[in-house]
Amino acid sequence: MSIRVENLTKTYKKQNAIDHISFDIKSGEIVGFLGPNGAGKTTTMKILTCYLPPSAGKAYVNGLDVEENSIEVRRQIGYLPEHNPLYTDMYVKEYLQFVGSVYKIKNKHSRVKEMISLTGLEREQNKQIGQLSKGYRQRVGLAQAMIHDPSVLILDEPTSGLDPNQIAEIRHLIMNIGREKTVLLSTHIMQEVEAMCSRVMIINRGEIVANGQTGELKHLFSVGNTLLATFNKTISGEFLASLEELGEVKSITGTTYSINSSKEEDQLKSEVFNFAVKHQLIITEMKMAEHSLEEIFKNVTKSNA
Amino acid sequence: MLSILQKEIRSFLSSLIAIIVIVVFLVANGLFIWVFKETNLLDQGYANIDPLFELAPIIFIFLISAITMRSFSEEKRNGTFETLTTKPVTDMSIILGKYFAGLIIVIFSILPTLLYYYTVHTLAFPKGNVDTGALWGSYLGLVMLSAGYVSIGLFASVITDNQIVSFIVSMFLCFFFYSVFEYLSSFDFLKNSEFYIEWLGINHHYRNISRGIVDTRDIVYFISLIVFFIWLTKIIFNSRKW
Repeated sequence: MSIRVENLTKTYKKQNAIDHISFDIKSGEIVGFLGPNGAGKTTTMKILTCYLPPSAGKAYVNGLDVEENSIEVRRQIGYLPEHNPLYTDMYVKEYLQFVGSVYKIKNKHSRVKEMISLTGLEREQNKQIGQLSKGYRQRVGLAQAMIHDPSVLILDEPTSGLDPNQIAEIRHLIMNIGREKTVLLSTHIMQEVEAMCSRVMIINRGEIVANGQTGELKHLFSVGNTLLATFNKTISGEFLASLEELGEVKSITGTTYSINSSKEEDQLKSEVFNFAVKHQLIITEMKMAEHSLEEIFKNVTKSNA
Repeated sequence: MLSILQKEIRSFLSSLIAIIVIVVFLVANGLFIWVFKETNLLDQGYANIDPLFELAPIIFIFLISAITMRSFSEEKRNGTFETLTTKPVTDMSIILGKYFAGLIIVIFSILPTLLYYYTVHTLAFPKGNVDTGALWGSYLGLVMLSAGYVSIGLFASVITDNQIVSFIVSMFLCFFFYSVFEYLSSFDFLKNSEFYIEWLGINHHYRNISRGIVDTRDIVYFISLIVFFIWLTKIIFNSRKW
């Protein structure tokens, strides 16, 4: 286990920021930590990186207790904090060399060069960090987190505030790195998790409300099957009433309806078909709606609110 | 610790703080010692540089506060405090790295004044007739006093993320330790404990050492002062964990 968290609790002034959460992360996994603002993502990460001590419970990184072996844990973790704080008056190269010397890495100069080319900072390496655009700063942040070749990477909202191109680049970078490292990243963008992560944990109000493989989770938190059907004309009156017997009906556009039901996919399809035949309607289009993680996220975080 | 010390000194130099402090210190002292009528050495006729040692503690109250005010305040404000404290370094090595970086800058500002010593040494009649013992004592005293100020400044910096607040608190504390105890001791109602109150202040010990008498008690006082403030700094440093 790369990361193991047992009954972790953090209390700020009598309020539980995280409340007895437990999870394991195997090495080599890219795990997305999802949750609305203030759910406890950052707090959990701060405990794992030894910035804050837990109020109760245990957290281990590569089998080392974050409280007892703090220095050793910090050596094995690469951390990109929220908002990516950097020394804006330092130069990119100078900063990476400083971080390298803090980690006491041996081949500092070659390692800095390697990180610069890995993160695509060649053209910016002699600039002051304060002059860089946000996307490039994020790369500097990632470079400093990986310079000592840590086995575990903890990234707190690595793509927040970037434009779509930069987001794509940073994601690509993280996925590349993630092939041989354990990555725990937090975000509140669903597509990000679907695109990058092998596993998702959804946290809400300090509790883990969902934890599973990205694909699995859709089934696990199934919100029923939704069928999108387009008819040749608008349905009204008693027709609509009999359609509503099949499930929850929502009118999407003039002639398109979504029917949500807990029934099996095939059954729902044939029932809607029979309904159309019975009332002499023509179905021009019929398809199942894909439940995105976004909906699952909305569901699990709302029901607890 | 060394990597942090190095980084701090680089940032002092690149932000010009170090240069400004050294220049201001030397210009101010230069004016008082060689130019201004009331205090200049040439008219005074004694072969010593006492005005320097009278003046430096006052100037340093401002300058050292200016050097140390950003040490932790800036890191806290920018959030780099979090990046730094999640690196595999102990809290103490961060604090000491910053402490010695500040102290080194201060010592560099004192060094050029050795030229004053050389001047006085040459001008003295007969040549070289200078109370060298008292002079080295004074330098030692000044370094000890600066070391104390830097620890006070560091503490003032760790308590806030606002550099101005840190600057003002640091000036106040330096001034307080430098001379307030001495003023207090002259109050009538404190007559009985006069000596002990004066003993708490920096000036009492600074003057002792300046005379060229290096008493271990004075050295111990300065070391205790430094250790005390670094210890307080360490406690506040960890306040996020409370």
